[in-house]
Amino acid sequence: MGIIEGRYGPNILITSLDKVFNWGRAKSIWPVTFGIACCAIEMMCTAASRFDLDRFGIFMRPTPRQADCMIVAGTVTAKMAERLRRLYDQMPEPKWVISMGSCANSGGPYWQYGYHVVKGVDQVVPVDVYVPGCPPHPEALLDAFIQLQAKIDRETLAKQTA
Amino acid sequence: MTPQEICQRLTDAGLQVTFQETPPEPCLEITSESLQEAAQLLKSNADLAFDSLLCLSALERPEFLETVYHLFSFKHRHHITLKVRCPKDDAVIPTVSEIWPTANWHEREAYDLIGIRYDGHPDLRRILLSEDWEGHPLRKDYQPPAFYHGIPLTTQLLTPGDEGN
Repeated sequence: MGIIEGRYGPNILITSLDKVFNWGRAKSIWPVTFGIACCAIEMMCTAASRFDLDRFGIFMRPTPRQADCMIVAGTVTAKMAERLRRLYDQMPEPKWVISMGSCANSGGPYWQYGYHVVKGVDQVVPVDVYVPGCPPHPEALLDAFIQLQAKIDRETLAKQTA
Repeated sequence: MTPQEICQRLTDAGLQVTFQETPPEPCLEITSESLQEAAQLLKSNADLAFDSLLCLSALERPEFLETVYHLFSFKHRHHITLKVRCPKDDAVIPTVSEIWPTANWHEREAYDLIGIRYDGHPDLRRILLSEDWEGHPLRKDYQPPAFYHGIPLTTQLLTPGDEGN
């Protein structure tokens, strides 16, 4: 990947490769299960039979080494933030982050008086998709994955001109 | 056995106990010097037999710190509430973790958040917050840190000119 990425303009070879890579990446997002509060219940529910993430090619992985997406589902405390960052660093590139629920988005109910809560997981890791809700519906998390797939489809190996 | 009778048992044993009619339920206020002896008596006496420490909680009052012990006896089906005070500048209360092992983690939590040190506790470390955390967050004069290991924790940096508070 690193050999051709960002070196050539958007010629027919590069854009065809884009299609192949983006198809593979978008249709097999393997998230690391990072359930750290009540949002994890909705995340588990989304993965289970009723909503069934498997039909999108999304499988929960128990280890960051096999994952390319992290769903931060819950309140990120200062103590957990360091562990979260370490797990994120252990994930292989390319990797994406979904911030699930108000706590992970902005600190949620701990926004003002939570002495131990990070005010948004984007203070610690870069976030691709934010899912609002407290907790979000499983449909909202599914929509986040669809948005993430759309985002992955826009990625390219070509040299960026801007 | 009623709280009055339990209080009478403890005073008969020569312990410094005062009965207080505090709503919603009465409590026994014990000096920290006689706490361990009282706890031992409450647990081992056959008529009292308080074999269960339901909850141990710490709180801050305007003038002092306080630890509250909720006890229950499965044998006799009776409850009692104990309260022990300690000054803010010398917050030490003897441990009861040798008597009721439940108290071990509860005392660690109280130490973590309020800052009461339980004398004689086998392993008095922070239980919820990181071990290098500074201060005890549930104290009224606690100032939250702006950063923890470089991670911002306050909203002040993010929203200058916030409505106050």
